[in-house]
Amino acid sequence: MGSFSLLRRVAGAIPSLIGVIIVTFLLSRALPGDPAVYFAGPAANAESVQQVRESLGLDKSWPEQFVRYVLDLAHGSLGNALTTGQPVLDDLVQRLPASMELTLCALLFAVVLAVPLGVLAAAKPDSLVDHLCRALVTVGAAFPTFFVALLFVYLFYYLLGWVPQPLGRLDEIYYSMPPTVTGFLLVDTLLAGDLEAFRGAAAQLVLPSISLGLFALAPIARMTRAAMLTALGSDFVRTARANGLSRRTVLFTYAFRNALLGIVNTMGMVFSFLLGSNVLIEQVFGWPGVGSYAVSAVIASDYAAVQGFILLMAVAYVLLNLAVDLVAGLIDPRVRFEG
Amino acid sequence: MSAPPLLAVEGMSLDFRTRDGRVKALDGISFEVQRGEILGIVGESGSGKSVSAYAIMDLLDDNAELGAARLDFAGADLLAGDRSALRGMRGREISMIFQSPRTALNPIRPVGKQIEDVLVRHGPVPRRQAKEKAIAALRKVRIPDPERRYDAYPFELSGGMCQRVMIAMALACEPMLLIADEPTTGLDVTTQAVILDLVRDLVDHSRMAAILITHDLGLAGEYCDRVVVMHAGHVVETAPVADLLARPAHPYSARLIAATPSSASSVDGLASIPGNLPNLLRDDLPLCRFRERCDRAIARCDSDPLPATEVAPGHLVRCWRPL
Ligand SMILES: Nc1ncnc2c1ncn2[C@@H]1O[C@H](COP(=O)(O)OP(=O)(O)OP(=O)(O)O)[C@@H](O)[C@H]1O
Ligand SMILES: [Mg+2]
Repeated sequence: MGSFSLLRRVAGAIPSLIGVIIVTFLLSRALPGDPAVYFAGPAANAESVQQVRESLGLDKSWPEQFVRYVLDLAHGSLGNALTTGQPVLDDLVQRLPASMELTLCALLFAVVLAVPLGVLAAAKPDSLVDHLCRALVTVGAAFPTFFVALLFVYLFYYLLGWVPQPLGRLDEIYYSMPPTVTGFLLVDTLLAGDLEAFRGAAAQLVLPSISLGLFALAPIARMTRAAMLTALGSDFVRTARANGLSRRTVLFTYAFRNALLGIVNTMGMVFSFLLGSNVLIEQVFGWPGVGSYAVSAVIASDYAAVQGFILLMAVAYVLLNLAVDLVAGLIDPRVRFEG
Repeated sequence: MSAPPLLAVEGMSLDFRTRDGRVKALDGISFEVQRGEILGIVGESGSGKSVSAYAIMDLLDDNAELGAARLDFAGADLLAGDRSALRGMRGREISMIFQSPRTALNPIRPVGKQIEDVLVRHGPVPRRQAKEKAIAALRKVRIPDPERRYDAYPFELSGGMCQRVMIAMALACEPMLLIADEPTTGLDVTTQAVILDLVRDLVDHSRMAAILITHDLGLAGEYCDRVVVMHAGHVVETAPVADLLARPAHPYSARLIAATPSSASSVDGLASIPGNLPNLLRDDLPLCRFRERCDRAIARCDSDPLPATEVAPGHLVRCWRPL
């Protein structure tokens, strides 16, 4: 894909981002509750509430508030969060790596399990693997994530004691936080050469990653199986077989690479979905990510923080789609050339 | 017929299990391919031409049930060893090309690489030499500028070019038999002639034989040495092509010929044969599957299994009342 068409794709995302900015603004205004009341505190009287309202600029009309919001955005500011007293941008940047690390681990877990499963299921229809795959897809789709998470905590922490206390990314009583380089603890601990802390961080990651990943398992396995079945039933696989290519070549070089296109698309979708839906998992595991940040912001009707979170998700979504397009272009020459 | 045939199919039957019942797609078909000839298989849509080829090549869907008395190729039993004998021959001794060449090639792999895959698979060919050989294969099917086309993807080539690539792939290892299943459907008349001339040429100038599957009797008349006429999973007539066109013995063949426009082959003449193929799902298929469309039927057609009558040397017909 040339840099020109890449630019065009980025430019194509701008209208949706503008839409997102508007919708975010309206949505956060539609939240129940009055932030001024919340922040004036329980002892406040009408006068002090009014004072808070004015200091927050909430006494202005919506259009005025919107103009201010957009102007701030243009200066790279998402406003200040009332809950933390810090700029929302700083909060998000600081917390994003935690969510990213969790989401990536969850996705990795799901992909490593679901893709081979889907491939095997498609290669041998009606075999044991196929039935396993189908059962998993059904079960995976049926259980709510947070229920599974709670169940896991009860089972593996409370009953069996296999994993450390599900509170945060690293138990700072036993391990020291590595200096922040990437924000990914698994990477930073290694960079700091602290293997103990690495193991500690990994141990904290296992349960939330699996709980979240289980959720991604079903769609990826289903898509892999379906895409593989389509590819294996296609004309070009028949040609490959008629020309005596080995089963391995047919399965991987011919069928799988073609199926990959659909799989990568699904992975992009699932990833953005996970990024948003790990809100619940972060709550259960006390994970200091953007999800738990958003939850407290919503509870406090913290407009700036909520807007910032939704905007972040939208940008992530756009970037993700861009990445998926790029990968698709690498896999499929037809995507590359259509420009 | 003195020399042993290259391929002998004898009494091959094939059912498909489907949700609605068994599709009795082939019922005891027999034919032979001699070395150095092009055998045509003709018949209207659904008569079982493709599935016959798939059965030989072991490319049938999983719901197929094959029962064959004999399937011999160059002295080897193709059914032996859970078909492992055949698997070793595919792409090397027997190759097949398909209709709709655009979808029959891997869309995301350069065509040269696809030819290389076949070369590397079947011979001790080092990758470096493989590229030269692949380009040579492209040149052999008269693709202009083969060095450049080597890197092309199927979507960058015309349908005719794709079909030539597929032929290049099929012929890369110089097989003894090429099965071509309607290789020119969807191609324009000029390209069609180029492709079939190429096949004819290869058969005439190498040790290769070919099966040409088509529903165009005019085409078969032009390019084949002998023709097998199929109807609803039966082989109804087998004859040298000139003999068949001049003196068809089976009423179905006669109607096929009458329905084929003598000059242009662009019109799908077979559509004009009255009546339809019997539904192959039926459990009460008549002994002669042409019975219900035939105006020459006699009592015997309902009671006795089809005969195989030799009306002239090498001209077989399966009918109680041939023309
Ligand atoms: N997988 C399958 N399951 C069930 N029935 C099938 C299957 N494949 C083929 N058939 C049936 O077998 C019969 C013969 O099909 P075949 O494709 O060989 O016809 P054909 O002579 O090649 O026709 P065409 O000229 O349209 O290619 C048809 O009735 C078809 O419906
Ligand atoms: Mg066919």
